Amino acid sequence: MKLKSLAFALAISAALTGPALATDLRIGIGEDPDALDPDQSRTFVGEVIFAAMCDKLVNITPDLTIIPQLATDWNWSGDGTELTMDLRKGVTFQDGTPFNAQAVVDNIDRSQHLPESRRKSELTSVKSVEAAGEYQVKFNLSAPDATLLATLAARSGAMMSPTAFKKDGLDFANHPVCAGPFEFKSRVQQDRIVLQKYPGYWDADKIKVDTVTYLPIPDATVRLANLRSGDLDIIERVAPTDAQSVKDDPSLTYADAPGIGYQGLTININNGTGAGNPFAKSNLLRQAFSLSIDRDALNQVVFNGAYTPGNQPASPKSPWYDQDLPVPARDVAKAEALMKQAGVDRVDLQLTVPNNPQSMQLAQVIQSMVAESGFKLNIKATEFATMLAAQTAGDYQADLVGWSGYVDPDANLNPFVTCNGGINDSKYCDPALDKLMQAGRASTDPAARKKAYDAARVILDRDLPLIYLYHPTWIWAMGKKVTGFVPYPDGLIRLEGVSKS
Amino acid sequence: MLRYIGKRLLIAIPTLILISIFVFSLQKLLPGDPALVMAGEERDPKVIEYIREKYRFNDPLPYQYFYWVNGVVHGDFGMSLRTNQPVLTLIEQKLPVTIQLALMSMILALLIGIPTGILSAVKKGTVVDYIANIVALSGLSIPNFWLGIMLILLVSVRLHWLPASGYVSPFVDPWRSFATMLMPSFVLGSAISSAFMRHTRSAMLSVLKSDYVRTARAKGLTETIVVLKHAFRNALIPIVTLGALIFGELLAGAVLTEQIFTIPGFGKLIVDAVFNRDYSVVQGMVLCTAVAFIVMNLVADVLYVVLNPRLRDTL
Repeated sequence: MKLKSLAFALAISAALTGPALATDLRIGIGEDPDALDPDQSRTFVGEVIFAAMCDKLVNITPDLTIIPQLATDWNWSGDGTELTMDLRKGVTFQDGTPFNAQAVVDNIDRSQHLPESRRKSELTSVKSVEAAGEYQVKFNLSAPDATLLATLAARSGAMMSPTAFKKDGLDFANHPVCAGPFEFKSRVQQDRIVLQKYPGYWDADKIKVDTVTYLPIPDATVRLANLRSGDLDIIERVAPTDAQSVKDDPSLTYADAPGIGYQGLTININNGTGAGNPFAKSNLLRQAFSLSIDRDALNQVVFNGAYTPGNQPASPKSPWYDQDLPVPARDVAKAEALMKQAGVDRVDLQLTVPNNPQSMQLAQVIQSMVAESGFKLNIKATEFATMLAAQTAGDYQADLVGWSGYVDPDANLNPFVTCNGGINDSKYCDPALDKLMQAGRASTDPAARKKAYDAARVILDRDLPLIYLYHPTWIWAMGKKVTGFVPYPDGLIRLEGVSKS
Repeated sequence: MLRYIGKRLLIAIPTLILISIFVFSLQKLLPGDPALVMAGEERDPKVIEYIREKYRFNDPLPYQYFYWVNGVVHGDFGMSLRTNQPVLTLIEQKLPVTIQLALMSMILALLIGIPTGILSAVKKGTVVDYIANIVALSGLSIPNFWLGIMLILLVSVRLHWLPASGYVSPFVDPWRSFATMLMPSFVLGSAISSAFMRHTRSAMLSVLKSDYVRTARAKGLTETIVVLKHAFRNALIPIVTLGALIFGELLAGAVLTEQIFTIPGFGKLIVDAVFNRDYSVVQGMVLCTAVAFIVMNLVADVLYVVLNPRLRDTL
């Protein structure tokens, strides 16, 4: 019997190990993407696929500098309302359609006018786009917008074949055609997405694998087990609690990058029924709350210290971080003094958190920290869609909610805090702040922009409509066969230069 | 017999209508706005309004229901709000996977559960009985997700015998398909086999005490024939009932097992669809599952008649 079962196991393993396809790269991703159409897409993990499939007008470097991709060069007009881009010649989409100025015009038009497009708010400053030559496009803006380049380095700048999207409409998502190194081959929802090398890619020398298979595996432990068993080559979003064991494993390679997103509390200042409490009315109480949190301890306890404690939308490692307002140390005495100044000694507050174990743990650590200064935090765990609807409707006091982050600082702040911001669920409003945010967007000079955002930071640090807690770190793990992987702070997996022996 | 089956199928129609109304209304009672979830992180108000219009979220509920039923009757289950794929395509993709997992788990469960049940009834009160009971109790008590992860760590990560997770269609590579499904079927099947074992044991115990079994023994038949031919056949009725119910449940998907072994079946899809308020997917899937339940119940009823000739007169 024993011999039989051993023989059986051997037979199975022999059948499975056989001659391996050396050039199929298998990547474990954290969830199944939504529509594979850069205009319709709304999930982060969709961007991970687009990074291999769809080249953008511009790209970023690991230190977040904008570099050429499908556009080779660009110039701003003196008043900052015109952006002229020179396009790469000899590029074809994966269906053979040539890439030229007209293709760019059609793409931006689709992003702006397709009713289902999720890109509209990113492109509001673009009044029109015109072909200034076969390989030159001009963006006419309604007002100066320094954030546009960073926008074109993301999904809004991802170029799709106009032939394909004109023919397929919304169905484009089921067989997308772009101008990136890998073309779409097949997809089975919740099982796999397969891409294959596009032979006509303009930068084909950098592509070292023939096919890429993305396998959505939601459980981080199972993802890691699949990597360890050799079923996967690369996994994304390793749990911070597993980081050490990956580093200690001689058969794995560890990679990380500080993220551009954040996690924090959104406070209801003036939005519907959830406002009107002392916490909404008094910025002193919010300052006291923020001072009661030991962000470093939070990071150690919940994330084994793998993340970066923070107090601004930009992480302390970002060039946009305001060094004059560092992450505050916990100061219960000062928090109590602030509460006294506000005229209260006890505050009841309801904190809504998504009902996953990690968020619950985070909320409980905060709960015990702020209790010492006199905050009685009542944690309400809610399923995410319900929480989102309640937050928009103003039916909340404080929400634990994160933001996956953009390359440009404007996009990480403007929608949340300006009076008419699209995601301003706090309904916080200060015209002086709006003016500074406007100034930050109007200039293309990084130093001038930084000055405006630093000044805005002072106002926001005083009023705290959002209390920032930490910045997630992107963690990847891969088998030793994989070389050439470069971690990026936007969390995407770029396959240029990645090879598998 | 055929008339009986036809009658049962006709009765199933009002059941299906009731289920679909129930699911439809329950979903709308859920807090959370599908348009908001679908609009993405930036939540552009224009997009939200467009989605509400397009999917008729602004219409009164009875209208929405009739639009949906009208589509279903014409073979159109609607589109997934999340991925723009037709719901029917999703069902076509997931159903074979779920059926394969359900069948393999069921076969494993029967192969383990019924023989141990019979053995433990025949050897009642002996060491064999106690061991079988302890194993069965453990099978019922061990959570699927724990057993699943432990098996992956042992069989795949340490021993490299089977792939850790994923799915391969049996039409593409039957051997690999079997290999990837073996662990998940075992995880699902182990818990079910315990239930079978317990039911077989108690049914056998009561049958073994009955007069006709004593008569059979008195006739001098061998113990094997008494147990397997005379006793077991009559003990099968409750097992068939249990089996049909469990198989129906398996066809509804096994969320935890699917999640751990990354099997693209029904369970994970329905759960994801509920979280994303992907109404048309939830409705389509639940309808499909309801049909599976009704069919399984019918199969059980037919099996009763096959097993027990006395019931044939009642038809």
